[in-house]
Amino acid sequence: MMKNIPLTALVGLIITSLYFAAALLASWIAPYGMAEIVGDVWEPSSAEHLLGTDNIGRDLLTRMIYGGQTTIFIATMGTILSFVTGSSLGFLAAVLGGWADQLLSRTVDLIMAIPSLIMALVILAMVPVTVPVLILVMGFLDATRVFRLARSVAVDINVMDYVEAARLRGEGGAWVIFREILPNALSPLVAELGLRFIFMVLFISTLSFLGLGVQPPLADWGGIVKENKDGIVYGIGAALYPAIAIATLAISVNLVADWVLNRTTSLKGGRG
Amino acid sequence: MHPIIKLVVQRLSLGILLLFAASAMIFGLTEALPGDAAQAVLGQTATPESLANLREEMGLNEPAISRYFDWLGGIMTGDLGSSIVNRLDIAESVGKRLGNTLFLAFWAAVVSVPLAIFLGLLAVRYRDRWPDKLISAITLTTISIPEFLIGYVLVYFLAVKMGWGTALAMVNDSMSLGQKLNAIALPVLVLTLVVLAHMMRMTRAAILNVMQSAYIETAELKGLSVFNVIAKHAFPNAVSPIVNVVMLNLAYLVVGVVVVEVVFVYPGMGQFLVDAVTKRDVPVVLACGVIFAAIYIGLNMLADIISILANPRLRHPK
Amino acid sequence: MTNELDYLKRRAGQGKLSRREFLGKTSALGVSAAAAGTMFATAVHAEGPKKGGDFKIGSVGGESTNSLDPAAAASQVPYHNNYQWGDTLVGVDGSGAVTNILAESIESSADAKTWMFNIRKDVEFHNGKTLTAEDVVKTMERHSNEDSKSGALGIMKGIESMKAEGDVFSVTLKDANADLPYLMADYHLMIQPNGGMDAPDTGVGTGPYKMEVNEPGVRHVYSKFDGYWGSDAHFDSVEIIAINDSTARTAALQSGQVHAVNRVEPKVAGLLDRAPNINVMSTAGPGHYVFIMHADTAPFDNNELRLALKHAINREEMVDKILRGYGSVGNDMPINAAYPLFDTGIEQRAFDLAKAAEHYKASGHDGSPIILRVADGAFPGAVDAAALFQQTAAAAGIPLEIKREPNDGYWSEVWNKQPFCASYWGGRPVQDQMYSTAYLSTADWNDTRFKNAEFDALLIQARAELDGDKRKALYSQMGTMVRDEGGLICPMFNDFVEGVSTSVAGWNGNPNGDLMGGQMTRQCWFA
Repeated sequence: MMKNIPLTALVGLIITSLYFAAALLASWIAPYGMAEIVGDVWEPSSAEHLLGTDNIGRDLLTRMIYGGQTTIFIATMGTILSFVTGSSLGFLAAVLGGWADQLLSRTVDLIMAIPSLIMALVILAMVPVTVPVLILVMGFLDATRVFRLARSVAVDINVMDYVEAARLRGEGGAWVIFREILPNALSPLVAELGLRFIFMVLFISTLSFLGLGVQPPLADWGGIVKENKDGIVYGIGAALYPAIAIATLAISVNLVADWVLNRTTSLKGGRG
Repeated sequence: MHPIIKLVVQRLSLGILLLFAASAMIFGLTEALPGDAAQAVLGQTATPESLANLREEMGLNEPAISRYFDWLGGIMTGDLGSSIVNRLDIAESVGKRLGNTLFLAFWAAVVSVPLAIFLGLLAVRYRDRWPDKLISAITLTTISIPEFLIGYVLVYFLAVKMGWGTALAMVNDSMSLGQKLNAIALPVLVLTLVVLAHMMRMTRAAILNVMQSAYIETAELKGLSVFNVIAKHAFPNAVSPIVNVVMLNLAYLVVGVVVVEVVFVYPGMGQFLVDAVTKRDVPVVLACGVIFAAIYIGLNMLADIISILANPRLRHPK
Repeated sequence: MTNELDYLKRRAGQGKLSRREFLGKTSALGVSAAAAGTMFATAVHAEGPKKGGDFKIGSVGGESTNSLDPAAAASQVPYHNNYQWGDTLVGVDGSGAVTNILAESIESSADAKTWMFNIRKDVEFHNGKTLTAEDVVKTMERHSNEDSKSGALGIMKGIESMKAEGDVFSVTLKDANADLPYLMADYHLMIQPNGGMDAPDTGVGTGPYKMEVNEPGVRHVYSKFDGYWGSDAHFDSVEIIAINDSTARTAALQSGQVHAVNRVEPKVAGLLDRAPNINVMSTAGPGHYVFIMHADTAPFDNNELRLALKHAINREEMVDKILRGYGSVGNDMPINAAYPLFDTGIEQRAFDLAKAAEHYKASGHDGSPIILRVADGAFPGAVDAAALFQQTAAAAGIPLEIKREPNDGYWSEVWNKQPFCASYWGGRPVQDQMYSTAYLSTADWNDTRFKNAEFDALLIQARAELDGDKRKALYSQMGTMVRDEGGLICPMFNDFVEGVSTSVAGWNGNPNGDLMGGQMTRQCWFA
């Protein structure tokens, strides 16, 4: 199987694993302490500071490595949470139909109809902002988006002849979900997975922007962009490194997602 | 009654119920925020006496429930009331801001939606070849960069360095359409870059999914051109997820652009809502929140109806 | 050389030479920068202001909830709005002296308990009504009576009675106060027809510019008022645009959409100054960025712990990194050289980790984390400053833990409620007002819970003391008490850092507020 892996997917896989590895090994590979002040403000890159220093003189490479750890951890956990809850409820709504569908769909509509900014402001003003709280809030708010997609895909599949055939055979709801709907809904969901991961990363940075993100001196990539944003219009690159990191991670994750997508669609090709 | 009309009526009445629920929830959430309007207005200059006087004037000493029903009563008679902070008429100030927001969202949508679907179709047509990969890489890059960063970089290069376009997207009534379009050129560009990837990728994925079906193979065997197959056979059957994603992004263009408004100093609803939340100006928060909710629910309904119309199996339930 | 200098001065006066160019060229002639700066200002003034033009300001601190009611002004855009349409009774100039505005002259009784202001004659409001002493009384009443919602209510408390007799407005105080005129210069106290009792938020006053467009949170447009009494104010129209994002503000200045901006981020000020058509102006003022401890709440009720924290903060590093040099170090008291009667002889507290560790040990603190609450809304760079503080405190063995709070609700929920947090004080024109506002035991805004009977007695004594030297000695004693026993950790005083287009002449910094203390649209002109 690995022999058939296309070059783009391989590149994506390598970069993604590098980022995840750096995140896991942060405390061993970072050259300085996370919050340690080691130089002047916005020093250019040098042998001591490969990426220069940040807005108060911390080593930027160190900040990036620790920031990646926070970002990747929160985004990964949040994405898993939102996909598990969102898609299982979405499938359930589609298969059950009727009142259960209405109840779930309208509840989701209600939550989504309220601007997420107010939601985030209120929830995070009422409970202390810790990493698990952030994951829960972000995961559940995002699950509403996944729910809508999962349900709409599943509804289409649910009326297919082969599903009806399965029902006539007397298969139960669970069988329909796992054997018919899940495999057929996988490709739009996988395509969405990569994007939702990126939206999670951006969501944390928006929260940091509002002063609701992770607690200092901890940082996430979006937070580092924000801390150094004033330098952008004067050609100081400190804000661009985390942006590049987010972008390359995004592209790599999605290259991998595309490959998985192709694999699942070709598997399905056997049926058509 | 035709099942579609029945469905529309059903969804409309549900939508109105949802709006009530949303207004109650927004009210509850705003009330749950720590602090009140009087404290927020006086801030660091508050004294116990001035706080008490201001609370009295703003009517904050009334119980929350009766304030909510007062507001609801007003809304029923078409009266949005006035801000408790600066006493300006809400209908008038919201009207202006909403107009600006819809203006920006409309032009961003006009550019981005057709472009996204076109690029999606192009990517399917040249699947796994360089146009597909190029489109994919570029859209992924633009979606992955925080929008304020795209905004600042564009402002720096286009407005400050090159002198094209304007750094501030100030629009007002005395401007002609041409001047307004010139003013919003940069924010429209940023918004397009931000929403393009999501819609384009969903178009591509949904069509590819359909392309595996037997009837597409039949169509191909009939000797139809690839574009014909995609446009006539694949696209209509992939409409449902695409419409859903387009709807999400349209809602985002109206509801979620506060960061872009801040960067370009655009006088839209987002900044208006944030200011109102910060100052705990409950009637304004409610007015904005309900308008946002109505737009969201409306678009949502539209997406569901289009999905149903596009899928014959859903159109004619057995 | 003199010829050349005269030529340069003439060019500067005609607006053909920017301040920076002038400084550069004169320094080549061996003139010191300070002397050249003064020369430039005089030269520009000598040529005389030109009339006309549409002047645009980009300002931080504008919200869509803003109103034109001067009593409700609490941020920068409403502050500048007030000075367009309104006039105060008196003002405070750049050197800290009281100037007459709507008052023609000021007299006081020998005991400084009764003050009389002669009101200027033939002054017209925008609605055509003529200003009377009665309007002044009504204005002051609206800000101080029992229904008042005014931001100035706190400073109006010492007034016992007010009355109008002919053209004289007189105030009688409960206790003597030699600094009363300074209180009347507060930016909330804009004189309105009938005191604004009927219509507080219409923007009708006696100021140089008349309100044309009022779009809160977006822009406010004013046109020159034909019946304006004064001879200053040279523009045809003034537009104040709310630009809350710092990067957008400087971008708007650089692309020429506005002529002046306030609150330039210190980090980019040096870079902005290099832009060809922009000058960065910095004005030292009484504003200070602080960390405040409640001196009556554990563990901060222990003065040893307070002293430990005061020694563990690196002031120079803060001024260097947070203010990029646009400011000066603080000395754990709210007063600096911007105030009259400041005693420069009080010893500067130094960054001393050994002393910090010693005091920390003496405090007997149990080693549990000391929680410092911050938000970027407290002051620009507050979270970064806290991160610096945490690092130096850790080096002294003090376990500081930063808790970032949302900007939203910071002033109502954290400040003056939590025992240890970041804060900002804009300062006051005189020491008495600063101490009365925040250090008197009974003050509402005593945000360090500094309660010291001896200090209170000194404050009242100083207020009635009319001899400058004796007063200075009293203030010196009080400053030292706050420094050594108070709950204030004051690492730095910030300058006003502002960007101004080179097309604008007449700049004259004023420590009392941003953009020349709100006087820019009155005193500047297009060169």
